[in-house]
Amino acid sequence: MTDTPVIQLSDLSIGFTGRAGHTLPVLRNIELTVRPGESIGLVGESGSGKSTVALAAMGYLKRGLRVLGGSATFEGHDMFALSRKELESLRGGHLALIPQNSGQSLTPTLRIGAQLTEALRLHSRLDPAQFPARVLELLGQVRLPDPQAITRRYPHELSGGQQQRVAIAMALAGEPRALLLDEPTTGLDVTTQAHILELLRDLARETGMAMVYVSHDLGAIARVCDRVVVMYAGEVVMEGSARQVLTAPTHPYARGLLASIPKLSDPHLPMALGGRPPAPGGAGDGCAFVDRCALASDLCRTSRPMLAPGPGGAPVRCHHADRADTLPMSSQGDHAARAEAGTAPVLSLQDLEIRYSKPGILDRLRGREDTRPATVDDITISIAKGETLGLVGESGSGKSTILKTIAGLLPPADGEIRFDGDAPLPRSVEQRGPDHLRRIQLIFQNPDDSLNPRHTIAEILEQPLKLYFGLSGTALQDRCVEILERVRLGGHYLDRLPSQLSGGEKQRVAVARAFAANPDLVLCDEVTSALDVSVQAAVLELLNDLKAAQGTTYVFVSHDLAVVRALSDRVAVLYQGRLCEIGPSAEVYALPSHPYTEVLLGAVLEPDPDTVPKLTADDVIELSPPAKGCPFQRRCPRKIGAKCDTDTPPWQTRDDGHAIRCHIPLDDLHRQQHADS
Amino acid sequence: MLQMFLRRLFLGAITVAIVSMIIFAGVEILPGDACTAFLEREAQGRVLENCREELDLNRPAVVRYLDWASDALRGDLGVSANGQRSIAEMVGARLQNSLLLAACALIVGVPTAIFLGVVSGLWRDRPVDLVLSTGAIFAMTIPEFVSATVLILVFSVWLGWLPGIVLTSANAPASEFFPEIILPVVVLAMVMTAHILRTVRSSVIEVMNSDYVQMATLKGVPYWRMVFRHALPNALLPAINVVALTIAWLLGGVVVIEVVFNYPGLGRMMIDAISDRDLPVVQAIALIVATVYVGVNLTADLLTMVANPRLRTLYTRK
Repeated sequence: MTDTPVIQLSDLSIGFTGRAGHTLPVLRNIELTVRPGESIGLVGESGSGKSTVALAAMGYLKRGLRVLGGSATFEGHDMFALSRKELESLRGGHLALIPQNSGQSLTPTLRIGAQLTEALRLHSRLDPAQFPARVLELLGQVRLPDPQAITRRYPHELSGGQQQRVAIAMALAGEPRALLLDEPTTGLDVTTQAHILELLRDLARETGMAMVYVSHDLGAIARVCDRVVVMYAGEVVMEGSARQVLTAPTHPYARGLLASIPKLSDPHLPMALGGRPPAPGGAGDGCAFVDRCALASDLCRTSRPMLAPGPGGAPVRCHHADRADTLPMSSQGDHAARAEAGTAPVLSLQDLEIRYSKPGILDRLRGREDTRPATVDDITISIAKGETLGLVGESGSGKSTILKTIAGLLPPADGEIRFDGDAPLPRSVEQRGPDHLRRIQLIFQNPDDSLNPRHTIAEILEQPLKLYFGLSGTALQDRCVEILERVRLGGHYLDRLPSQLSGGEKQRVAVARAFAANPDLVLCDEVTSALDVSVQAAVLELLNDLKAAQGTTYVFVSHDLAVVRALSDRVAVLYQGRLCEIGPSAEVYALPSHPYTEVLLGAVLEPDPDTVPKLTADDVIELSPPAKGCPFQRRCPRKIGAKCDTDTPPWQTRDDGHAIRCHIPLDDLHRQQHADS
Repeated sequence: MLQMFLRRLFLGAITVAIVSMIIFAGVEILPGDACTAFLEREAQGRVLENCREELDLNRPAVVRYLDWASDALRGDLGVSANGQRSIAEMVGARLQNSLLLAACALIVGVPTAIFLGVVSGLWRDRPVDLVLSTGAIFAMTIPEFVSATVLILVFSVWLGWLPGIVLTSANAPASEFFPEIILPVVVLAMVMTAHILRTVRSSVIEVMNSDYVQMATLKGVPYWRMVFRHALPNALLPAINVVALTIAWLLGGVVVIEVVFNYPGLGRMMIDAISDRDLPVVQAIALIVATVYVGVNLTADLLTMVANPRLRTLYTRK
């Protein structure tokens, strides 16, 4: 009985009709079997069709898509043959979905209580009088504090982690036998993500429901899933137990994907996977991965491999699976280029204080001081020439705020910024001269937002060149081509618009634009967060090469500790706009650590089924820093007493420049942390 | 929330004040004044002097503006240059007529527009939508006087079903405007329906593609319940502002329709005053229309805030 599949996709192909009238497949011959209580991970790059698979299992197709062949069944019901009424009773009941972005998936005009009650009314056999109690029970089950208050809130009044918990509670309302999760933790902080994943693991165990977990994050998959299905260009390319896929993958793509993930334990740069996946319908007769594969042979170009048991027994879609183990799987990229020792600081921040709020007119007239704690306070950092400083912390830690202030976009409330030993840098960008503007460049998180969609790549690159160097005519043209080649794009990109480029290519253009100004200092704000891991690896490699060639100094902001480790010489850890720890990256990632760094590091998920995250502090999101004492006092698992609430902790600095701001003496801290690990 | 409301009210008052200055200055810059307009060919020498003396036109412009503005605040809009009647009284009746026309057009137009917009958005790219969207574009692009003339030709001249022109006097009670008011209402409703329909349609399409609608569907919410509970409350928010603009337009800007149908509203009064060079009346009407615009937009913003929980929190937090 237990072997009857809950969800079964058989030979399922889904596609759309392209502009020229051809049918373009998005999914090709998908086979997927999910048994009761099993949790399956679906991994792949964006565009690989993994979300489409999850939605198809619910009998749902995005606008424009249609089934080309095959079937999707849930407990024997053919999902694409059911009537609308039958679908409605299954969806959200025995088969539920947890969406990627629950912030946007909860209806903004309805209170949380109303949305949960609706789910109960649709799928629960309870007496309506019991609904309010059941709503509270569900919210408690997903470990939300104060459920009563939550029911009265609107979705926008909750934090990202809370919204995700509400979405999970809503899915549980129908007592599902299978749960589909579409990137449920993408976009959440590491600590929140780790807590949500633990919750899902526990719930799966408690309720015995099957899970299909869609994610590009192999770390999350490793934590939650028994079996893993790797997708590429709308096909299943490999399938097996989590251990098999993550430790001994037999498909070249799976190996490449693993190699491109930066790992905490590994100070090397991750290895990029070159090329890009074929567009829908562009795979031709051969293997879809052939253009990016190191093992490709003539056979791969002419014949599409079948999904067949490979070495180790796991099904794999490759002609040369037996040779896949010759490909590297861990990051064997370069070491990040290092700064020369003893050079003068190129940038120093002195007692920087930043506030978003300004005192109101009335308060200013009455001469009242703003007594609220500053968003960012007491930041003193100096960065040597050619050095990369990583800034890490959860969302709301003030890391991007500091970048904006250095760039002059957000003048500081107090303190000064010195650049290249000069007099203090003017506070705002309007007051800075063209030379300062040129020498400090900023690269943003999302190239879709930072590149003007109506400008061609040439126009985008010409602007800094005209502005700072007064180039024109062929000199300008030549320089654009040269810059594009430096970011490995080439002159044929000049006439294109950003929309005609892939995500990775767009971010390269953004990098090229920053480097067109020939800057001394480049501020990188989460520059790889919006990219796929394989593309992220390529952008990291590019940044590192440019640094090696030009001695550029970077301030690199990211929430991903492994990415920061791969690129940075020194790392600063921020909590609530205050520095907790700063030092050479090897030291910061080793013991002893500030308790907050310890919490962050413990929550990082490695793509390895054997590592277990160490969850210590709660994943509560604090909206403002405490008025006095240690900024981390309210969440700290090693809090020693009233001193932490009242006194600002001292900096304890070691010989190697590693400094921790904590009341606990470093030796004690080291001993405690060593004992716990 | 209250602070926010008071601030907006204050800003609205400033806007009206600035507009009043511009109106006054505009009229001031024009060659001639109320006396030259009234006296026409006799406007010279002593007669003109006496007239100016009588109307206090010899005082500095700033003083006269302050006088005018403070009187207007108290509801006294002065007297017309021709006939020396109280402008407040003259405008009062006309304003009522304009309100009647606007109210009828709104009662007919807004529900129709929202209904058709929702239909068009839900059945996007289907025949219904194509017919409605194309129809809306036609209604928007054909000038009102053309559609008005065509309607008069069809319904009054050929079919003889409805009167083609309003003959009721300006001071008649509202009930006497029926059925003469029907054709102007239809023309106005057509134009405004087109605008509102297009906004509602695109907003419905956007909301129907949103994650939360997809989520509601995947949660098993029946289609119509999903539409009414999850989609429409969000999709209709942008409609509030368009409706507000339409109301403002109806109250002040339907000059052409009033002229074509000989409807005794504010718009036609304005045209008449301009051709008579009755400057005090022109000033008064311009001021009223500006105030209506500001007031209606303020109301719309407040309504949006009440209807949208996200904006509500934003402002209460502050």
